[in-house]
Parts: sequence; C-alpha cells; structure tokens
Amino acid sequence: MQDSTDGTEIGRNRTGLQASPQLSKEMNDVVMPVAAETANASPLNEVRLLYIREADPLGSIPQPAAAKGGLKSAAKRLKGERPQVFIDKLAERLAYERGGTRLYDAVIAKFIAHEGQLQGASLQEVTEIRDEEASHAALIRTSIEQLGADPTVQTPSADLVGVATAGFLQAAADPRTTLAQTLQVALAAELVDVASWEMLIMMAERVGQDGMAKRFRAALVRENEHVAKVRGWCESLSITDAKPGERTGRSH
Amino acid sequence: MTFALFEDRGTPLAKQRFTWRELAGKPISKLDDDAFTRVRIILMNGIEMEALRFQHAAARTNRELRVTLAQVRRVEHHQATMVNWLLGADHSLIETTIGYEQVAIEVTAALAQQEPDAYLAQAYRFGLLEDFDHMHRFSALLDRLEGKDANNILQSYTDVLPGRPTVVEHRAPENDVRRPFDRATALPLSKLNALTLVAAEQQTHNYYMNIGPVFADPLARQLYAEIASIEQQHVTHYESLLDPEQSLLENWLMHEAVEAYTYYSCLQQERNPRIKAIWERMLSYELGHLSLVAELFKKHERRDPQEVVGDRLPEPIPFQSQREFVRATLAREVNLRASGPDFVEADQEPQSSLDYRNHMNSEGSPSETVATDYVWQPGTELARKVANL
Repeated sequence: MQDSTDGTEIGRNRTGLQASPQLSKEMNDVVMPVAAETANASPLNEVRLLYIREADPLGSIPQPAAAKGGLKSAAKRLKGERPQVFIDKLAERLAYERGGTRLYDAVIAKFIAHEGQLQGASLQEVTEIRDEEASHAALIRTSIEQLGADPTVQTPSADLVGVATAGFLQAAADPRTTLAQTLQVALAAELVDVASWEMLIMMAERVGQDGMAKRFRAALVRENEHVAKVRGWCESLSITDAKPGERTGRSH
Repeated sequence: MTFALFEDRGTPLAKQRFTWRELAGKPISKLDDDAFTRVRIILMNGIEMEALRFQHAAARTNRELRVTLAQVRRVEHHQATMVNWLLGADHSLIETTIGYEQVAIEVTAALAQQEPDAYLAQAYRFGLLEDFDHMHRFSALLDRLEGKDANNILQSYTDVLPGRPTVVEHRAPENDVRRPFDRATALPLSKLNALTLVAAEQQTHNYYMNIGPVFADPLARQLYAEIASIEQQHVTHYESLLDPEQSLLENWLMHEAVEAYTYYSCLQQERNPRIKAIWERMLSYELGHLSLVAELFKKHERRDPQEVVGDRLPEPIPFQSQREFVRATLAREVNLRASGPDFVEADQEPQSSLDYRNHMNSEGSPSETVATDYVWQPGTELARKVANL
C-alpha cells in the first residue's frame, strides 16, 4: 500500500514532451505555426451560443402539496416575490451536505488505511466532521419542511450540485489517491460549502427567516472549523512530503 | 382499432436524413419530464442498437443484401444517436442505471402480462425478479456513494426492494439457455415480446460494460462487473427464446416490426409534445424500412410477410407502473432457479450453477456488501439522522 509521499515520487511519467524528445520533435516539425489571435475557441463558442440561447431550464420547483395553500402559504412565510428561489437554494445545500457526508465516508476509508501518517489528527475528528455534515443535512431538511415544501425534491440547483461535485467523489474514492490528495479534495469541497452557507444565510435574512438564519450561522461556524482543520492537515502532509530526510519507506 | 402494419409505407429511405444539430438535440428534463419518457428513450435506444447489431451481423453472411443493409443501417444508427442523446448530462451514471433498471422492470412486467405463451411468460417473470433486485443494489450504491435518492429518477412508479438476490443469479451457462418458440406456430405478439427484451437487455449489458470501469470506487467497479455478468446471462436467456430456424430476412422483418411496434407504443403514450414528434418521425422511418424489407422478403422467400408479423400491431405496450404485478410475482416466484431450459425450486438447482456461483463469490459478493442493511427510504438513509441543532 502506498503512503502520501508516493503521490509525488520521481518515476516514468510519460505524458510530457520531455519524456520523448525525438518523437516530440517529429510531431512539432510538421506543425504549421498559427498567429496567436487565430488560436482561440470562438468557433466552438458560436455553436455553444446557439444551444445556450435555445436551452430549456434544468427543471422547475414543484408546488408544495402538503402545505395548506401551497406555495402561496410558503410565500406568506417568505418575503419577496419568488419564494421558490430560496427553496431551490435550500435543496441545493441539502444535496451538497448529503454528498459531503458520502465524501467524508471516502475520506475516512483513506484515513484508516493510512493510519499514523497524519500526526495530530484522529479518526474521531474526521468522523465528527462527517457526522456534522449529516446533521447539517438534517438541519436543512427540517428547514424545508418548516416552509411546507418537500425535502425529497431534486430541485434544479440540487441537481446541478450532483454534477458539479461528481469529480470530488471520484477523486476521493479512488484507492490510488493518497491521504494528502484526498484531503485536498475535501478542502476544495469545504471551501465551496462555506461560501454557499454564507450566501444561504444572506438569503434567509432577506426572506425574513431570522430563526433559520441564526441556525445556519451556527452551522457556518462549524463549517469554518472544518476548513481550518482540513487545511491544517493538508499543509501538514505537504510539509512532510517536501521535507528531505527519512522516507516512510516501501520497497520498489 | 389496432395499427395496420402495411397500410402506411412510411418515409422513403432516401428521405430519412438528419443533421448533426438534430442528432445532438435538446435533451429531456431529468426533473420535470415523466419517468416513462426516460423509460421510452432508454428502451428505444436499445431497440435501435439491436437493429444495428443485427444488420451488421447479417452483412457478414450475405453478400447480395450488403448494400441495402448498409443503407438501412446508416439510418438505424442515426436514429439511435438522436434518441440516446435525448438524455441530459445531468444524469449521473448511476442515475441513468436506475433508469435502465426501471425499463427492465416495467417493460418486462408489462410484456409478461400480455404474453400469450405460458412458458415465455414464465421466462419473462424469471428475468423480471432479477432486474428488480439489481434496482435494489444500484439504489443502495447511489445512496451510499453519491448521497442521492433513486426515487428522484423512479418518481414513485417502481418499488425499491430486494428481489431474487443478485448473489444467487450467477448460473452455469447451460442453465441460461431456454426453449425457443416455434416460428411456425408462435403468435406475432410472442415474437415481438421476445425480441424487445433481447434488445433491452443487450443494451443494458453494453451500458454497464462501458461505464463500469469509469467508476473510481472499487465497490462500484465490482458491482457493475457483477451485474453486467448477469445482464449478459439475461441476453442469453431471452435470445435463446428466439427460433434459430428463422431465416435472415424473416429475422430482419421481425426487427423492423419490433421497431414499428415499440415506436408506435411510445407515440401513443408520450406526453412531451417535442418527444412525441420524434416518436412520430421515427415510426414513419421504421414503416419505410418495414416496407422495403417486406418487398425483399416477397422477392427472395416468395412468402407473404404477414405470415411472419401479422397485418396489425398488437395493443401498445403499456408504459405505466406494474407495481402490483411485480409484488405478486415476487411473493410467488422469488425462490425459482433454472435447470437447463426449465424453472425449478431452489433445492433442485444443478450443482454446475452452485459450483460456478461459489467460485465467483469466493472473494466476496459486491451486491451483498453494497446493500448490507440497506432499506430504501425517501431522502436517502441520511434522512434517518436526527438534526443535532
């Protein structure tokens, strides 16, 4: 099994030009140089613009069936003309926290596999972060229900979160990625999380949900602590990797 | 009144053309379109891919028809592209997989109920309970890997429950080969049903084989390897129901009839007007193919095509939840196994299957592992957690 420093071993990476100087020269010898101004993606963007202009939205927000008075009832509890925007962002956060919980399941597996590599961090700490993501999902779910909306709906923003974070899950779940690499992915996820909670709090205040905003601020405090912790772990493993001296050793 | 198969000669082949813009058209909405619109898209992609594979295989053993096969096949290929590209990129691989299993469950259940031959209907119910279990396993994976709820795809039409456990579906190959229908006596509906399911399972197998290695998670990789193996078994199972004595042109005629039947079924029930127009166009193309192949059949075999495919299509395949039928079948037949072409109780399963299965499972069972203690619930397993406010 590899350790974190193996992610940056010197070896036979073949992807760059310098790996094959003769072949690379042969390739470049037949390349006709083009002026910088022609080397752009504008023909691609022309096609993209056609599609963008004709595209339908990913989907819609459903009328809450359970609440008396439906969306009007939710609208009465929410200031502003389009209460569904807030519901969409709540659903986005719920999807993100659920996905984040599963991301940390993958982080925990790496942590256990590489036990002892990260000094000053315990499995309990990582598990606590994971459980807090799950509790934040529960917080959002309750908030959606309080507005009379359906927490099981995949709203457009919730849908998009799944697309956007798919890479995080792939990177963390890959057995070949080191603990350092996995934590780097977790850090990226946490930074997006913090920015998103900040925006959600602003929205909650704007729609008059002060109680919700207060609970979300408490969640944001914890999310900021996650960022600090995970960033610290990443830095610690980076320093360990860059430090010359004894290797943690494996035979080749 | 059912659809008359040979009255409308459809669009002439020379006019069956597309542009790249048409082929890469607007996808459906994963959120707002009915789940059965997605079911129809996945099914019809499978039907077209089967037409394509058949017409390639046919060309290998018939020189005279090669050019005609290439001409029709070009259109089938572009039809497959246009239909398959209706699925939007916001479907994750596992979400699309849930869609595939929903096709397998709902379409197989519908065909099993409309199948007049008792043995064929039993074969369909047998496969149904296995695909039903695959849904359970993939739903567990979707929840535990991505934190998503399979019901966002299923829209409550299809249950998520264990079926015949995937771990016991692995059989020695000889126990997947069934008794074929007799081309001389089988009703056209039986032939249409069988070929529809061959197509659906074959595409499911293709899909899982393509996406399995795209997953980084080792359990996902194992699960797709395992279930792809069962889908390959299912292709053998359904394919072996087809009479091997059918001539090349008889087979080709049946393929075009299946395409017409399934597009007609889609057209009758589609609620999205844009997609409905696509089904209408595709049906007209298939009627064009059918009319061309019918002429070839008359010319080369000197027989009436209606002897093979009948003169009218059956009632459309019902695209609706078959929940009650699936539950009843599950209660009665979950313990059935296969012995050669027959269906038997579990204690009569041949040793050859047990030996094969025990070896395959000897280093663990991904389908058991991924779904350990899994019970589907709305909003995923994480919805069981209490908020720690």
